[in-house]
Amino acid sequence: MTPWTFFLTHRSEIFHATFDHLILVVISMDIAIAIAIPLGMLIVQHPRLRAAALGIASIFQTIPSLALFGFLIPIPFIGGIGRRTAIVALVLYALLPILRNTYVGLSGIDPTILEAAEAMGMTNTQILLRVRFPLALSVILAGIRTATVITIGVATIAAAIGAGGLGTFIFRGVAMVNDSVILAGAIPAALLAIFADLLLGQLERRLKVI
Amino acid sequence: MGYDIPLCAVRLSIEMNAKPEAASDTVIEFRGVNYCINDIPARAIVSNVSLTVSRGETLVLLGRSGSGKTTLLKLINRMLLPSAGQVLVEGRATADYDPIRLRRGIGYVIQEAGLFPHFTIAENVGLVPSLEKWDSLRIAARVEELLHLVGLDPAEFSGRRPRELSGGQRQRVGVARALAADPPILLMDEPFGALDPVTRAELQREFSALARRLNKTIVFVTHDIREALLLGSRIALLQAGRLVALGPPHDFLRLEHPEVHAFTACLDSDNGISQ
Repeated sequence: MTPWTFFLTHRSEIFHATFDHLILVVISMDIAIAIAIPLGMLIVQHPRLRAAALGIASIFQTIPSLALFGFLIPIPFIGGIGRRTAIVALVLYALLPILRNTYVGLSGIDPTILEAAEAMGMTNTQILLRVRFPLALSVILAGIRTATVITIGVATIAAAIGAGGLGTFIFRGVAMVNDSVILAGAIPAALLAIFADLLLGQLERRLKVI
Repeated sequence: MGYDIPLCAVRLSIEMNAKPEAASDTVIEFRGVNYCINDIPARAIVSNVSLTVSRGETLVLLGRSGSGKTTLLKLINRMLLPSAGQVLVEGRATADYDPIRLRRGIGYVIQEAGLFPHFTIAENVGLVPSLEKWDSLRIAARVEELLHLVGLDPAEFSGRRPRELSGGQRQRVGVARALAADPPILLMDEPFGALDPVTRAELQREFSALARRLNKTIVFVTHDIREALLLGSRIALLQAGRLVALGPPHDFLRLEHPEVHAFTACLDSDNGISQ
């Protein structure tokens, strides 16, 4: 069976898996953004937390993804088999690019602008929310873009712990030694990554100030 | 109890003595001010400066790069606190002010203007009024008034971003922004330093007329002796963190100090070329 005929005969199943995959990525990214951006703002204001926060986020990134999924299974509440565990792992993976870019973006503002803001009598919070954050937005978005592309890829491995998504086809294809089945998972995952990258790249350029 | 009363009385009498002086003439006063980086005496930027700035005058702080003039300016709006001595604004030490309140009452203009690139010109100019929670109609009216004041057509410029303006136009916006909440004091740190000579001369002329009209107390930092002579009602010359000469322009030129000569010498050489 050629990949194309496999795709046609299984298209409804593939669409469902793609949708599940997307949901997995969107939920994980939302949580990662909700953690990493405020944390990035915090470490800009409190340099002492910086090394610890970036260090911990980096450690998660160095753990091989399959191992991380495995480690999480026995942990109570967040672990187990299924989507919830996968989301925890994906969030941990997505943290570093967003956190690092948030920090770099917020701390890389032209000092003249910050001096003016301070001299105008803006409070630190006002400077953060009205000056630093809007000016850092395109850099932060670049981090979100990197994290999204990584998450789409890593989410295929989540199928190993029963989280569903496009990885299901890849693992099945590997087990069956059938390239068509592998491609039925790999090609939509690659397309998702490419589209997400293009879309977020576009947004990033639109938010760029200078 | 009997102990407290005389103490209060003493404190009160000090305040009463201080008040009339503060309200009348002196707006800013440096009293034996030192400033060292991280309070390490070996790294002194400003050493033992005492100086008063009177209401309505334009005091120019003149000096070479690294002479401490910008540091003096930042001591006034509490961007920096003195390592020793006191800086008084309206008779009160800057250390006793809430820095946010103090800064909102002092306009600040810097080189390259430091405009917010993500704000429109109107939003830049209206920043301090918006921080002060003026209503939007009042802000809009004030922005329009100020853009007229600095010679920019509000209809044309209000909606633009800083990057769409020339250097001279941005600097005009910088002045308008500093004036927005009508602060009695204006601090200017080489505001015209990055402009081409023709635009600079144009802005200097307009600004000196504006300064006279608005009756603000202005402290103006520059390394350009001609700018100092043009704009200053008095010139304070700094060398390596020390105040070495002080006087109104015509007296300043006659002062006997090597650093004054060094500055007046550039004046002579320029004249030599132009003649």
